[in-house]
Amino acid sequence: MTFDTIAMQVFNGLSLFTVLVLMALGLAIVFGLMGVINMAHGELMAMGAYATYATAALFERFFPSLMGIYFLVGIVVAFVVTFVFGYALERGLIRFLYKRPLDTMLATWGLGLILQQLFRSVFGPREVGVPTERWLEGAWHITGSISLPLGRIFIIGLTIVVSATVYLLLFRSRWGLRIRAVTQNRDMSGAAGINTARVDAVTFAFGCGLAGIAGSSFTMLASTGPTTGQQYVVDTFIVVVFGGVDSLLGTFLSAFLISQQQSGLELFLTGSMAKAAMLLMVIVVLYFRPNGLFAMRVRR
Amino acid sequence: MTKTIRRRQILKGSALTAAGLGLAPLMRPRKAAAAEPIKVGILHSLTGTIAIAEASVVDAEKLAIEEINGRGGVMGRKIEPITEDGASDWPTFAEKARKLLDRDGVACIFGCYTSASRKAVLPVMEKSKGLLYYPTYYEGLEQSPNIMYTAQEATQSVIAAVDWLAKNRGKTFFLIGSDYIWPRTTNKIAKPTIAKVGGKVVGEDYFPLGHIEFSSVINKIKASKAEVILSTVVGGSNVAFYKQLAAAGITGKSQALLALAVSEEELSGIGPENAAGFLSCMGYFQSVKEPANEKFVKAFKAKYGAKRVTGDTLECGYTSVYLWKLAAEKAGSFDVPKVVAASSELAWDAPEGKIKFHKSNHHLWKHARIGEFGKDGQVKILYESPLIEPNPFPKIL
Amino acid sequence: MKAPDADAGAGTTGAPPWPAAAAAVGEIASPAQPARWLDGLRDGLLGARGVQHWGGAIALVAVGLLLPFLLGSFRLELVAKYLCLAFPAVGIVLLWGQTGILSLGQGLFFGMGGYFMAMFLKLEATTHSDSSQALSQFYGSTLPDFMVWNSVETLPWFWKPFQSLPLSLAAILIVPPLTAMATSYFPFRRRVGGVYFSIVTLALASVASIVIIGQQGYTGGVNGITDFKSFAGMDLESPRVSWGLYYVTVALLVGVVLFGRAVMNSRLGKILRAVRDREDRVRFSGYDPAMFKAAIFAVAALFSAIGGALFSLQVGLASPSLVGIVPSVEMVICAAVGGRLSLVGGVVGTVLVYAAKTFFSEHFAQYWLYFIGALFILVVVFLPRGLAGALEQLRGARARRAERA
Repeated sequence: MTFDTIAMQVFNGLSLFTVLVLMALGLAIVFGLMGVINMAHGELMAMGAYATYATAALFERFFPSLMGIYFLVGIVVAFVVTFVFGYALERGLIRFLYKRPLDTMLATWGLGLILQQLFRSVFGPREVGVPTERWLEGAWHITGSISLPLGRIFIIGLTIVVSATVYLLLFRSRWGLRIRAVTQNRDMSGAAGINTARVDAVTFAFGCGLAGIAGSSFTMLASTGPTTGQQYVVDTFIVVVFGGVDSLLGTFLSAFLISQQQSGLELFLTGSMAKAAMLLMVIVVLYFRPNGLFAMRVRR
Repeated sequence: MTKTIRRRQILKGSALTAAGLGLAPLMRPRKAAAAEPIKVGILHSLTGTIAIAEASVVDAEKLAIEEINGRGGVMGRKIEPITEDGASDWPTFAEKARKLLDRDGVACIFGCYTSASRKAVLPVMEKSKGLLYYPTYYEGLEQSPNIMYTAQEATQSVIAAVDWLAKNRGKTFFLIGSDYIWPRTTNKIAKPTIAKVGGKVVGEDYFPLGHIEFSSVINKIKASKAEVILSTVVGGSNVAFYKQLAAAGITGKSQALLALAVSEEELSGIGPENAAGFLSCMGYFQSVKEPANEKFVKAFKAKYGAKRVTGDTLECGYTSVYLWKLAAEKAGSFDVPKVVAASSELAWDAPEGKIKFHKSNHHLWKHARIGEFGKDGQVKILYESPLIEPNPFPKIL
Repeated sequence: MKAPDADAGAGTTGAPPWPAAAAAVGEIASPAQPARWLDGLRDGLLGARGVQHWGGAIALVAVGLLLPFLLGSFRLELVAKYLCLAFPAVGIVLLWGQTGILSLGQGLFFGMGGYFMAMFLKLEATTHSDSSQALSQFYGSTLPDFMVWNSVETLPWFWKPFQSLPLSLAAILIVPPLTAMATSYFPFRRRVGGVYFSIVTLALASVASIVIIGQQGYTGGVNGITDFKSFAGMDLESPRVSWGLYYVTVALLVGVVLFGRAVMNSRLGKILRAVRDREDRVRFSGYDPAMFKAAIFAVAALFSAIGGALFSLQVGLASPSLVGIVPSVEMVICAAVGGRLSLVGGVVGTVLVYAAKTFFSEHFAQYWLYFIGALFILVVVFLPRGLAGALEQLRGARARRAERA
C-alpha cells in the first residue's frame, strides 16, 4: 500500500465525515436538543434533494443562462422548502406528541411512508439526478495519483459554513440562547417570558431545513429516489446516538470516528462487511458509554 | 411548470390508468354475449426500493397487452391485466402471486425483477401450477417447469463481454458489484473466462444494495491500475458510482468500464455526461436497428411520452407478453402445460431481433450486444454477437 | 406513558422484601419452585382483573378456530401469516407496554426463528426432494443449492445441527432468548436505556440483515432460503398440512398470550411495571432491574422466534427482508395499533394492520402507502393506547353512565 493510496483514503474519510455531519446536524437539533425522534428525517433529506432537482428543471427551462449558479439557488430552495414543511409539521403534529417521544417515532414513520409515496407520485418511481455544475466537475490534481474531486471539496466547504452558522446561531445569538433555555428548563423559560411554543416550532423547522441542505448537497454525489431517505436515516441516527444525544460536539466527533473507521476498513474488507463492522463497533462502544461517546451532563 | 414536470404528470396519469385497470374487474358489469376476457397478472414492485427499476417494465407489458387487444386479443379473447404490487418485499411477492393464481385465476403472470422475488414466487408457481414470464437478466442456475425466462442468463452476456474486452480493451480486470447473488455469480463465471483469454483479475469488491460511497473503491481501482473495470453494480448505486468516477477524473476516454446492469433507463439518473464513453453489455438497446424495434420505440414513446427511453428489461417484458400470446395460439389453449410445451423452439421477431426459445430449458436464444454510451444517453452499438444458446447451468462453476 | 393500572406499581409503595424478588425471577428463570410458579400461573389466569376480558378473547379464539371453514386456502394462508407476525407483537406488549423498553430489533429474533426453521427445511428438501436431487447430481454435491453455486464445498459447522429436527427446535427455543439475554443484560446493567437501547437494537437488526445479505454462501443472501418441500416427512403443499399448521399456530398463539397474561398478573408483572414507571426506586428497593429487563427481553425474543419459525413453515421462505429495520419497526407499530398494554390487542392490531395492508394494496396498488401511513399517524394521535385502550375507554364510559342511571 503506497503513501498515495493512504493519503487518498484519508481524504475519502474526510469527505465521508462531512457528509455524515451534514446528515446528522439537523437530527442532532431535532432529536438531540428537542428529543423528537423524527423517523421521517431521511424523507426530509429526500425532499431537499427533490427541491434541488426541481430548481434545476426550472432553471433549465426559464433561465438557461444562469445554470452556472442553479445549485447555490437549489440549496437555498431546499432549505426554505424543508423549513416551511418542518414548521407546518411541528404545528400540525409534533407539538401534540412532545410528552410521548416513542409515539412521535411511530407517527413520523407513518409520515415517512406518506412522503415516499408522494415523491413517487410527483417525481416518478425512477431515480432522478441533477446536472453537475461545470465548475464542480473534475478534480484538483496535487500529484499524479492524488487528486481531490472538486465536488467533494465543495461539500467540505459547505459543511464548514453550515456548521459555523449552526454554532453561531445556537451559541452566539439571542435566539440560540432561547432555544437552549427552553430545552434546559421549559417551565422556567416560559415564566421568564419566552414564547416556548414559537421557539419549539422554529427550532424544529431549522433542524428540518438543515436536513434539506444535506439532501440538496447529496444530489452531487448520488441520485434521488423515493426511498433514498430510508437509506440515510439509520446512519444518521447512529451518528447522533453514538456521539451522545445532547452534545453537538459529540455529533461531530462521532461522525469523524465512524467515517474514518468505515473508510479505513474498506481497504481490507468488502464494503458490506466494513459497514457491519462499523455498526458492531458502535454497539460495543455504547455498552461502555451508555449515553453516547461524548455525552455531557445536562440538567433537564 | 416545466416540461419535465409535465412528463411526470403523464406518468401520474398512467399510474391512475394502472390503478383503474386494476379496479376494472370490480366495476365492470358482466357482458354475457362477448367472449370472456382472459385474465393475466402483472406482478412488479410499484413501491419500495426496487420500484425504481420495475415500474417501467409494467409500462412495457401494458403496452404489449394494449396492442394485442387492439388487434382482437388472443384467440378472440381480450387480455385483462390485473396489477399487483410486490412492494419490493419477497414474502409480499409470494402472497400476491398466490392471490393472482388462486383468487383471480390468471392464465399467466408477467412479473418479478430481482432474483429474490422470483425465488420467493417459484414455490407458489409450482404449487398452484401457474406460469411466470420473468423478464430480467439474471444469474441462471434455475429452471422451473412453471417459469419462462425471457432475458439473458449470466453466461449469455458476461462471456461475450469478457471475450470482447480482452480483444479490444485490455486484459487486467477489476470486478466491482453490488452484494447479492447476480453479481457474485456473474463474476464467478467471469473469472474462469478471464483466465481462459489470458487475462488477470486485479481486484474484486462488493457493496450493499443502495450503497452510495464509492470513493474508497475508486481509490483502490486507481491503485490497481486495472485496464478494464467490469461492473455489476445495480440500481441507484450506479448513479453514485458514475458520478464519483467522473469526479475522480476517471472517464470513458481514459478508462474502459463495462457495466452489465446499466441500460439507457438507468442513464437518466446517472446523467449522460457522467457515463459518456463507458460501455454496456445487454441483449437490447434502444438503438438496435430492427424494423420491429422502430415500431416498438415509436409506440412506447407515443403512449408514455417522447422523453421516455426503452431498455433491456423493458423490452423483455414487452416480448414476454407476445411470446405468451404466440405460445397460447400455437397450443390452442391457455392451459399451462400446453402453453409451455408450445413454447419449445417458439420464435418471434422481437424488437431485439429474431429470438427463439430453447428446445427444453425455458430460456431464450439471444444476442449479446456491446455498446458505448453517447452524450445523448443513447448507445452506439460496437458489437453484436450471433444468437447465443442459453446455458443456465454452466459447467465452469 | 401512564399505565391504566399504575396502582400495581410495586416500587411506589414501600420496599418489598428481597426474597419476593428472587421468587419472582424464579417464576420465569427457573422452575425450581414449581408450586409457587403454578400459584403465579393460576393467579395470572384466573385473577379477578383477567376475568372481565375473557368474553372477548374467547370470541376471538372461536373466530380463529372457525376461519378455516369460512376461508379459501389462499386467504387462510394469509391469516396464518398475519398470526405468525402477531407473536413478536405480543412480546412487544410485554416488553414495551409493561416494562417500558422499546426494542426496534425484534426482527432479529423473528429472523433467527425463521432462519433456523428454514435451515432445517432446506436440508430436508435437499436430501429428500427429487428436483433438488437432480440438481445435486448435476453438480455432484449434496449441499443446498445456493451453497453449490457459491462454491461452498462442505456443510458449514453451524448448519450441521439443523440436520436433526429436535436440535433445530431446541435452537429455535433456546438461542434467541439466550442471545437476547447476552446482548441486553450488560447494557441494562450499565443503564443503557430509553432511546439508546432502541437504537442499539435497531443497529443489531441492521447488522444481522447486512451480514445475511453479505454472506450468501452460508445464508442464501438477499434471496433468502426458499423452496421447501416437506417438514419431517409431511408434504407442505398438501392442504391438510396447512390446516394443521394453522391450528398449531392458533394454539401456540393462545399459549403465548396466556403465558404473557400470567407474567403480567404475577408479582413479576408488578415489578416490570414498577421498572417502567420508576426504575430508580425499584433499584433502591434492592432489586436488580437489569435482570428483570433482560429476562423480559428474552421472553419477547422467544415469542418472536416462535413466530418466525412458524412463518418459515407456512410462507415457505426465510428472507433478510424480515430481519432488518423496516419489519422490526412494523412489528412495534402493530403492537401500538392494537394497544401496547393489551396482549390480545397486540394480536388484533397485527392482524388489522396486515389485513389493511393487503386490502389497500390489492385495491389501490399505487396508493396503499398513503392509507397505511395515515393509519399510523391517526392511531398515534387519536388512539394513543391503541384499539384496546379505545375499547376500554368506551367500556368505562358506559359503566359510568350505568352508574349514574
